Amino acid sequence: MNIYVILKQTFDTEEKIVIQDGDIPDDGVKYVINPYDEYALEEAIRQKEQHGGSITVVSIGPSRTAEALRTALALGADQAVLITDDRIESDEFSISKVLSAYFANNQPYDLILGGNFSIDNGGGQVGIRLSQLLNIPHVASIIKLDVYDDHAIVSRDSEGDTETVKVTLPALFTAQQGLNEPRYPSLSGIMKAKKKPFHHFTIDDLGLTASEIIAKTQRVSLFLPPSRKSGHILQGELNEQASQLVHLLQQSDVLGI
Amino acid sequence: MSKSYVIVAEVRDGKLRQVTLEAFQSVALVKEDGDPVSVIIMGHQISAIAEQLSQYVSGQVYVIDHVDLKTYNAEIQFPLIKEVLNTLNPHAVFLGHTAVGRELAPMIAAYLEAGQLSDVIAIEKSETEVLYTRPLYAGKAFEQKKFSHTPQVVTIRPNNIVAADTIDSHAQIITIDYVPPSSLRSIVQDVIRKTSGKVDLTEAKIVVSGGRGVKSVDGFKPLQELADVLNGAVGASRGACDAGYCDYALQIGQTGKVVTPEIYIACGISGAIQHLAGMSQSRIIIAINKDPEAPIFKLADYGIVGDLFVVVPLLTEEFKRALA
Repeated sequence: MNIYVILKQTFDTEEKIVIQDGDIPDDGVKYVINPYDEYALEEAIRQKEQHGGSITVVSIGPSRTAEALRTALALGADQAVLITDDRIESDEFSISKVLSAYFANNQPYDLILGGNFSIDNGGGQVGIRLSQLLNIPHVASIIKLDVYDDHAIVSRDSEGDTETVKVTLPALFTAQQGLNEPRYPSLSGIMKAKKKPFHHFTIDDLGLTASEIIAKTQRVSLFLPPSRKSGHILQGELNEQASQLVHLLQQSDVLGI
Repeated sequence: MSKSYVIVAEVRDGKLRQVTLEAFQSVALVKEDGDPVSVIIMGHQISAIAEQLSQYVSGQVYVIDHVDLKTYNAEIQFPLIKEVLNTLNPHAVFLGHTAVGRELAPMIAAYLEAGQLSDVIAIEKSETEVLYTRPLYAGKAFEQKKFSHTPQVVTIRPNNIVAADTIDSHAQIITIDYVPPSSLRSIVQDVIRKTSGKVDLTEAKIVVSGGRGVKSVDGFKPLQELADVLNGAVGASRGACDAGYCDYALQIGQTGKVVTPEIYIACGISGAIQHLAGMSQSRIIIAINKDPEAPIFKLADYGIVGDLFVVVPLLTEEFKRALA
């Protein structure tokens, strides 16, 4: 089985965000594999353990992204592909188009796995767009995956409801929390990773030109949310505090009471 | 030349979702006078909803009503949407940023080769451009973006843009015959409804959320009782989900959901940065925690230092009295 995982490197979730000169500086920032992509990768490894095959991890990003891909190799992926090109802008139309050009040249694929969304941009578009461009079915936000010969049975989280969906393969799935518990890389995994194939591509290698992937959206400005002032800690016996709080909320008019 | 706007409406539990009305308002903020606005609605036994929708738009209401559409399946719905879009040649398509909208919007965007701005929380229009505000890092920062090409696809985060009012004109309702897909690559075999009758977390006006301090699955019961009294929803921190006290579907934070209710009541939540990203834009934040040093108190409007298992039931009783 040919399994592909599309992943993105993101800031660690515990990073604070600051803005300097209209940009978010990344000095000293800790980078991780996007947590949702980690579930996708873990699922790929489990599927390979069960059914055999090979796992290719694919990412688009600057050269630092190689670190995330090396972690993926250490965890159990067989080969890595990093597409680095300044002409690729941060726009989901462009990103999905580049990925689809990669996949057009790399058939066959049985499973493509990715995260439900990236915790930085949070667009949640690339995986689904890619499935459309490749004309394969997808199921978003999966929490269980069972692969059979020519189809898969998946459970999907739909705002708290759980749907069971039968899908023909090849297909693309995006991972939701609860799909699995990602493992940590082992020392032997890290050693082995150094010898695994690692490919670097630009858009020229994929047969694309810059004019085909021009971003459809543009950032105009960037700002931080207004900081909240800490309010007041209520005093007195707990039952007094409870009635005081309800009274304060009644005055604030949000309850309609 | 006038530009055509399309809204993909959404039904849940037999009712029109509030976010669809917010999408109408979003289009109203963006469009010029005279631009036609149409809406697509799919489902089963939805004639009353189609009628309701006709009071909000100046264009057409496209209705596809069939038992096959009772359960949402993108593979069935999307080809039907494509047909309508082919007729309307839209300048922009608006959807709610819900489980359904999050899935359909990128499919539409890919089909139209369009740009998409997801999870939009505010829209500003000047004479020359329309700026869409959306979160980055789950709300640790925000960006304003604009489209540099058309067509455009936008998803609107629930609870952030006021719902539209009905307009004077009455849209024409066009019923479209349901055409089943020739081959179906995915089939929804079963749906377990865990949320039926409950308030949706992302649309809730009041969220009662539990962290590690809730200690167990049963520990969420008093939180649910408080939420029920307030007609709110229960959420959780990553700590509570990782500990297995509740379903990941309830998780609020940078991983998980972002919520912006009127009132957020954090119970036994210390306030890790990743959690704060998911709730710090709530209008009023209330923190209940035994530890007076918990970081959550730094951004709470009101704090109660105490055991949540004592405080939460007290609050439930107080609210019951106040709301009686």
